Formats: sequence, structure tokens, C-alpha cells
Amino acid sequence: MARKTPKKRLLGLFGDFDQAINVIVDIRHYEVPGVSVDNITIKSPIEHPEIEEILGERPCHVSKFSLSGALFGLIFGAFFLAAAQANFLIQPQGGKPVITLTSNLVLMYEMMILFGVLATFVGFLVGSGLMHRRSILDDQMISLDQVGIVIEVEDENIDPVRRLFKKHNVLEIRDREIREQ
Amino acid sequence: MAEETTTIAAKDIDEKIAWAKINSDVLRSMENPRMGYWLAIGVSIAMLMVGIYSEVYQYNTGMGPANLNNPHMWDLYISTFVFWIGMSHSGTLLSAILHLFHADWRKPIYRFAEAMTTFSLMTALIFPIIHLGRVWNMHWVIPYYSDRGIWPNFRSPLVWDAFAITAYLTASVLFLYIGMIPDLAICRDNAVGWRRRLYTFMSIGWRGDDRQWRNFRKTYLLMACFLIPLAVSVHSIVAADFAMAIMPGWHVTSFPPYFVAGALYSGCAAIITLFVLLRYFFKFEQYMTLPILEKTCKLTFAIAMVWSYLNLIEFASVWYGHDIPAKEVLIAKFSGPYSPFFLGMLFCGSVLPFTLAFKKIRRSPWLLLPISIFLNVGMWLERYMIVAPTLSLSHHPWTWDVMWPGWVEWGIVFGSFGWFGLLFLIFVKVFPSVSMYEVKEMVYHRRRVIFEDAELRAHEVKTGASGAQPLTSTPEGS
Repeated sequence: MARKTPKKRLLGLFGDFDQAINVIVDIRHYEVPGVSVDNITIKSPIEHPEIEEILGERPCHVSKFSLSGALFGLIFGAFFLAAAQANFLIQPQGGKPVITLTSNLVLMYEMMILFGVLATFVGFLVGSGLMHRRSILDDQMISLDQVGIVIEVEDENIDPVRRLFKKHNVLEIRDREIREQ
Repeated sequence: MAEETTTIAAKDIDEKIAWAKINSDVLRSMENPRMGYWLAIGVSIAMLMVGIYSEVYQYNTGMGPANLNNPHMWDLYISTFVFWIGMSHSGTLLSAILHLFHADWRKPIYRFAEAMTTFSLMTALIFPIIHLGRVWNMHWVIPYYSDRGIWPNFRSPLVWDAFAITAYLTASVLFLYIGMIPDLAICRDNAVGWRRRLYTFMSIGWRGDDRQWRNFRKTYLLMACFLIPLAVSVHSIVAADFAMAIMPGWHVTSFPPYFVAGALYSGCAAIITLFVLLRYFFKFEQYMTLPILEKTCKLTFAIAMVWSYLNLIEFASVWYGHDIPAKEVLIAKFSGPYSPFFLGMLFCGSVLPFTLAFKKIRRSPWLLLPISIFLNVGMWLERYMIVAPTLSLSHHPWTWDVMWPGWVEWGIVFGSFGWFGLLFLIFVKVFPSVSMYEVKEMVYHRRRVIFEDAELRAHEVKTGASGAQPLTSTPEGS
């Protein structure tokens, strides 16, 4: 079996978002062999939706969780309420239906929203990769005012990446070996 | 210099603030507030103690000292419950609605408004429990299977209330928490001791990478979309508690929108109060700026006018509807024993907001503090005036009377303000009350706009043409 080339993860810290963007633009123009935008992660103190214009649209499945949760809430709500009402035939209904659809609609609506919200939160946790161990290749300056670019790169291509970082005035570079799973 | 100061005073935020300063100012606020903060904590604890004493007294002696009796079975408790539910709408308005409209001036102030939503709901929830009297039987309202046949009546709006408020509280807590995660990561990176452990746990591994931000943006938007109809439904259902009863003055179709408008109104007024206090306690003059205060005042004024209009609609529909008992109640509100409260409500709710039409007042925090408090006094009186006169003058003349709440009721209402104040003050000491990452975004985007304008002007001068395209490079926000 052929041995895989060892890989490293490189973190470059930039004082300016535009500098970080220029690095990615250069990578997009194939200035560094063996590195593509798919291997890049940007870490920033604020949200930069414009990143998607350069990195390309990446998947986000939160809305699917929301829809599933809301539908589940609606259906579960209908059955839960109907089951609760049908279970209590002792109560005098005064000629009214045992399962009252009109008033249940209000409660089903509330349960639809409740489960929609809960599922959205779960979707956020899953989609963001939260609740995992914090990456060691991180820097507190990212939560302050610096922008970080993390690139996965094979050992032989490390130097071109470093040069590219330096070309765009990187403040600091760190690296870490990626262990084979 | 004077010109520069004037320009800054007209801006929502000074775009020259460094990001590091935003972090340090907000983190400092969690360490060293002014003396007034500790005074407020002391006052809140004292008020809470009065409430606890009153509740313990009521628990031991029964509902008699509260003056609750037929026909006044739920006077002050339900009024105050509706008042606190109303207060909770502020967070939804500022966070969710203004988020959808991209009103970025909300960014420095939405966090405490969201916290206000959560704590108002937690305060409101106390009242139905206290009002039960036999609080030890509270679990009977939960739909669990029992051979005694304890099942709530799902046709009752009071059961709808339980569902709606539970959903709203859950959604509000999650909305507040999700919006805070990037800031909790900043706190984690700067804290030591128990605070570091708490923030590490609560920031759940936030690293600020593009995947997390992408999911965050989508989640926040979806939560806002869920929260807006939920907030409207909660107050509509609270309105249904009254409107579904065939009591004079309550059986009105305009009640749900009237309640929603009242809720937004009292929430906005409370935001002004807390804005002024937090700005002073934590020295947030650079973030909670006068232009933002001015915008909040304008919003409050607009909502006050909607509320006033809905009041007029309600009076007109009762007057021309020829429902005699409802008309009697309306006349009694204007001229009977409750008239000082009713006229006070109209003055505080419909006349006082006109002071917000003056720019000088909108930019005077210490004038706005008493005004906003009186607006909320008006809104509290509104709820009291919905409940008490109708119960006093219902369909059975032999039950007509004038009700004045007992000291226990007043004590518990007073204590609820202490409970809310204490929760809120603890929150702003432990968690960042200004959203650091959103203020950074605000600063970043403003700098970018100014830079692009300057580039465009320079380009126009150079080429001698107007309407030229701006150049692509932008300044950094740090």
C-alpha cells in the first residue's frame, strides 16, 4: 500500500481582511501547487458573507432541520393533543366533540414553532461542528481583530504557502502536523 | 474639532473605534460598573424581599389578605402578568424584526433587550402560579395521565397560554444564547477562574471559522423568523384570555392587535429606561449613543400612536356596537371610581409620548428616564383598567363593587419588579450586555462605506466624470 504524503495545517494571521482575501484569490489562480480553496478555512472576529464569493457556496443544512422540526411539531402536536383528549372521556363534554380540532390548531401551531426552534438549534450545533474539542491551531487574536487562514497542505508545498502568506504581509504563521486517522 | 464632535454626535457609532477597544470596554463593564449598579442591586433585593414576604404570608393565610374574592378573582395578578408578557416583546422587536429589516442601529442595544424578554417572561410566569392560591397543586395543570382524570381543558385560552408562553420562553432563551455565542468565545479568551470555565462551557467550542459563521447567520435568521409569529401569537392568546369571555368590555375583536401594540409599546419604553441606566452604569456612551436613543424614541412614538388609535377603535366599537353592559363599563371608566386610573392611563399612554416628538427631549437621557418610566406606568394602568372595571361592573348588578387590591397583592407586584431587576442586573454583570462582534461589524461596514465614498470621489475628481464605479479595495476594520 502506498504511503500517504504527510500533511500539515498552516495558520496565517493577518491584520486585515483584504490581505486574507488576496491570499485566497492567489490560491484560486493556482499560484500554489496542490492547494485549492476547498482546503481553506477562514477564521474571523466578525461575519464576512462576502467570503462565499471567493470560496464558493458551501453547504448549510440548518433550514432542513428547521423544516423537519416544524413538521414534526405540527404532527406530534396533533397526535399528542388528540391522544390526551381521547384519553379523558370521563370529562363531560356537553355535546361538544371530544377532539376539538379548532382549538387544537392553536396549540399545534405553538408546538410547530417550538419544535422548529429546537430543531434549528440542533441543526446549528451539528452544522457548525460545535461541541467538539477546540482546535489547537487557533489564536486568541482571532476573537480580537485578526483574520486567520488555515490551509491543509502537503509537506512539499509548505514553503510556497509560507511565501504566499508573507507576500500578503502575514503577521504570524503557525503549523501543525495532521495525524492520520 | 467642534465640527468633528458634531459629526460624531450625529452618527449611530463612531467608526474610528478600534476593535480591541470594543472588546476591552465591554469586558471592563463586566468587572467594574459604577456605584449606581450596586445601589440598583440593593434596591432590587429589597423589593424582592417584600414580594417574598407577601407571598409567604399569602401562602400561610390564604387569598383573603390579597382582597381576591368573587367577582374579583384575579385583579392585580393577571394585570401584572399581562404587563410582564408585554414587556417581553421588546427583545423580539429589536432583535428579530429589526434584524430582518437590516436596521443595524439595533446592534449595540439588542442584547439587553433580548435579556429583558427572557427575564420578563420568567417574571410573568410567577403570577399564574401565585394566583392559583394553592400553589402546591400547580402540577395539576400539566397534562399527565392520572386515574383522577386530571386533564386540562384544551379549549381554554388559559391552556393555550401555557403552551404559547413555554414555547416563547424556550425560543427567547435559545435566541439570546445563540446570539451570544461569538461573544462568549471572546469572554473565554480573556477571562480567568470561574468565569473562564463558565464561558468555555457556554461558548461550546466557537472558533469563528467560516463554516460556523455561515451556519450562525442562517440559524439567527431562522430563529428570528420563528420568533416573530410566536411573539404575536403569545400576546394574541393572552388577549384571548379576555376576548373569549363574554364579559362586558372584554369581548372585543380588536383585543389581539391592541394587546400586541401595547406589548411593543411597553417593551420599547422599557428599552429606553434600561438604555439610560446601562449607559450610565457601564460607561457605554460610545456604544449606546444619542442617535440610537433618538431612533428608539421615534419607534416608541410611532407605536404609541398605533396604540392610541387602537384605543379609540375599541371605544368606538363599544360605543356604536350598542352593547349596553360594555357601554356602561366604558362610561364608568371615564367617570366612575376608576376614572383617575383610566385618565392617568390615557395621559401616560397617549399624551406623554408627544414629548418624544421634540429632538431635545429625545437626546436627553435623564429626561427620558422619568418619561419612559411614566409610559410604562401608563401601560401597567392599561392592563389594570382592562381587568378591574369589567369585574366590578359585570352582568350581575348584585356583584357590583369597587375593588382595591390588598397589601399582599401590592407587595407581590412590587416584588416582581425586584425579581426582574435582580435577574437583569446579574445578567449584565456576568454576560456582555453589548454585542461585541455586532458592534465590530457595524464599525467595519461603516468604515467600508466611507472608504468607498472617498475612493469614488477621488476617482471622479481624477476622471472628471460623475457616477464612476467605486474601486474594489476596502479598508480593514481592525
